[in-house]
Amino acid sequence: MSASKNINITLKIWRQKNAQATGSMETYKLDNVSTASSFLEMLDQLNEQLVNERKEPIAFDHDCREGICGMCSLYINGRAHGPDTGITTCQLHMRMFNDGDTIYVEPWRSVAFPVIKDLVVDRSAFDRIQQAGGFVSVNTSGNTIDANATPVAKTDADKSFEAAACIGCGACVATCKNGSAMLFVGAKVSQYALLPQGRVEAEIRVQNMVRQMDEEGFGNCTNTGACEVECPKGISLENIARMNREYFSASLISDK
Amino acid sequence: MSQGFSKSSIGRKVLMALSGFFLLVFLLQHFVINFLSVISAEAFNTASLFMGTNPLIQYLMQPVLLFGVIFHLIMGITLELKNKQARPIQYAKTNGGVNSSWMSRNMIITGIMVMLFLGLHFYDFWIPEIKTKFIEGNMSGLNANGEVRFYEELVHKFADPIRVGIYVLSFVFLSLHLLHGFQSAFQSVGFNHNKYTPNIKKLGTLYAIAIPVGFIFIALFHHFINNAH
Repeated sequence: MSASKNINITLKIWRQKNAQATGSMETYKLDNVSTASSFLEMLDQLNEQLVNERKEPIAFDHDCREGICGMCSLYINGRAHGPDTGITTCQLHMRMFNDGDTIYVEPWRSVAFPVIKDLVVDRSAFDRIQQAGGFVSVNTSGNTIDANATPVAKTDADKSFEAAACIGCGACVATCKNGSAMLFVGAKVSQYALLPQGRVEAEIRVQNMVRQMDEEGFGNCTNTGACEVECPKGISLENIARMNREYFSASLISDK
Repeated sequence: MSQGFSKSSIGRKVLMALSGFFLLVFLLQHFVINFLSVISAEAFNTASLFMGTNPLIQYLMQPVLLFGVIFHLIMGITLELKNKQARPIQYAKTNGGVNSSWMSRNMIITGIMVMLFLGLHFYDFWIPEIKTKFIEGNMSGLNANGEVRFYEELVHKFADPIRVGIYVLSFVFLSLHLLHGFQSAFQSVGFNHNKYTPNIKKLGTLYAIAIPVGFIFIALFHHFINNAH
């Protein structure tokens, strides 16, 4: 790996005082950014500069800073989580940028993800979709049974696990030209539909989750495949196809 | 079927895909018959006479086709408008080319271009056909000399170089539309399989190139060979 160096960059960042305010893109110059620092560390550096200038620091979401919590977001230079694949913004490093670069930083854009402040968006629409059916209605604590009591095919277990790797960051929605949440919902539907414990409520689950997804105002999938490319966890389009199948068959056999 | 299916996002994309499948089958059939005109005028006339006079095709399949085309158009526009509402504030910087194909992102543009072409195509062939049959009352498929009229009409339409140019350009848009649409329809109905999907994508590419190129060949063939002066 080449040694780190310092670069000077120009940042164009979305500033919005609160949910009601009209925001705009603001320009900031930031010098001496180490290419070894992460993107969020660079924003910390910018905020320190803003605080020293007695200006309002930029609000952005972050938590674990190791790519697993799904909290960080940011649409960087036209890409969710920036110009790298299979990572979240906290795993993006400044070595991906060059001296003199202009970097655009915007919040996730979706009617279902309203901006709270600057780069922070409200992703509780995902929580409401989960609450509509993303669970198994049996108590799984205190009466744990032997894992081998219910056999599960290895291929199904693997696919379920891959779907469950979704961290709900919302990059799929942010990336999709239609603002569709189908990769997220497809993953959540699939992780249960593939397992015997989840099959019990599979029909009602997919109907409720899709209904909630539509009510939140997310757009419709047109199979561009952009979500799969930008997903930090590599969730496959196969999950959307599975959700489509599940929804179609559930609609056919449903009582209502 | 549950009541909300056709109003749900997934229900609509499934219906979009099913109407797309229907149009794919129709297009193949249309191409095969048109290609006969290159091989043999007589074979083309025989096939056209059957299609133009068979009551099942005239009174059942033709209205179904018309419905399929209009449905695909209206549903496509409806979904596009709905999708636009899902992102009221646009990004200052986008970079769609890194994660998706131009064709997949511009189905509405290529689709509308194909529909505009269909308007011209209806003006050229379908409206005169309806006029001959239902206004002039000539249901026989024969001209004033008692000969089957379809081949002659087809060749005559490809005399004008501007018309041929518009047809060729339209087929390019059709090809771009199909390059995404063919494989996308399978995904929409939930058919995604490690073993079959790669081959479906290859078949889709073949279909999306071969059929429009074939139509372009037919138009150019009649323009340069049969209308050569």
